[in-house]
Amino acid sequence: MIDLSIDVTMRQGEFTLIVSDAAEVEVLGLFGPSGSGKTSLLEAIAGIRRPDAGEVRIGNRILFSSSKRIDVPARERHIGYVPQDALLFPNLDVTGNINYGKRGPDAQDEGQFVALAAILDLQALLDRRVQMLSGGEKQRVAIARALMTRPSILLLDEPLAGVDRERREVILPYILRIRRELHVPLIYVTHDETELNSIADRVLRLA
Amino acid sequence: MSAETWVIARFTVLMASLATAIVLPPAIAIGWVLARKQFPGKALLETIVSLPLVLPPVATGLLLLWLFGRRSPLGQALDSMGIDVIFTWKAVVLSMMVISFPLVARSVRAGIEQVDRRYEDLAATLGAGSFRILRTITLPLASRGIAAGAVLGFSRALGEFGATIMVAGAIPGRTRTLAVGIYTLVETGREETAWSLLLVSALLAFGAIYVSNRLVEQKGRA
Repeated sequence: MIDLSIDVTMRQGEFTLIVSDAAEVEVLGLFGPSGSGKTSLLEAIAGIRRPDAGEVRIGNRILFSSSKRIDVPARERHIGYVPQDALLFPNLDVTGNINYGKRGPDAQDEGQFVALAAILDLQALLDRRVQMLSGGEKQRVAIARALMTRPSILLLDEPLAGVDRERREVILPYILRIRRELHVPLIYVTHDETELNSIADRVLRLA
Repeated sequence: MSAETWVIARFTVLMASLATAIVLPPAIAIGWVLARKQFPGKALLETIVSLPLVLPPVATGLLLLWLFGRRSPLGQALDSMGIDVIFTWKAVVLSMMVISFPLVARSVRAGIEQVDRRYEDLAATLGAGSFRILRTITLPLASRGIAAGAVLGFSRALGEFGATIMVAGAIPGRTRTLAVGIYTLVETGREETAWSLLLVSALLAFGAIYVSNRLVEQKGRA
């Protein structure tokens, strides 16, 4: 389930987003036109953009609060973030990218790695250089890399933006699989409402 | 090539390599701080780092001569430990280091500034601390700038003259480098040997420029 409350002021605008008592919501769709500050909002949740004021809470953890002077650093937030352009580390191959988020004891990581490679169909790509991947493959690797950390929530910023229009169906099934097999709460951001129909339990509109 | 030319060339290359190797870690640290950190006194640090670039090398040499001589506290401390710097090979390395440091640090800084910060931010969301990010993301992505800085620093060290002659002198077989050698040989009327040193210097310069251009080319392609 998703339980979050965000109420922040940033240079990009003011955002209020409250989702609570929503046990049925596993995938939250956030929909807003280009320039509505969707990316800034995700960055504020992930901890890589500092809001001017306000509060970000996920579950019972306050991640940012200007009044309480709390600003949990990104590396301690346990939030998976997949930016629009995937941002795979160009100096590492696919395996190196996925393993960057290794956390726990090795055996557990190994299991997680194998499971993610299977869910996201990455087995054939593991030795590739990231420059050799298509847009959709890059997204899948970036998703695996974020999930490797076992995040408490996964943020996807327009995952279809870098994928050809006719090949868009190649990513949505994977997101549904993540949802079905890993039960990671997901926030999916897009400017295209139709993408959300098949995957989101609830859709919120950013003005 | 005469034995004398060979000894001088080998000594110079060895000293310049040593100086570059020693300068690289602190230059990377300072380059990173200047590229990525904001703090009070940053402008002052920037100025100090660039000072040897602007100061006449002979003046830098004079400063080093005082600093490492027996009249300064540092020189006295070294002396009491039995370490002699002035007019030894250590003074050669020291001059090369001080003179090439700004070039290496500036090149490293430029290399790091070209690395998209969003990679570093993303690595943080994956749980990496700042040292791990520096080691695994920033430095590898800035590696060409760092390598170019090392080549530049090495080349500058090869040609170092002003500071070297102040603190190391031109003792044959002990502190005589290519640049200093050419000068002293001409002064003492041994121009043929000076010409052979010039030839060696030119070859080394060609090599350094070739390597540095190759690095820049690859950088453009990546």
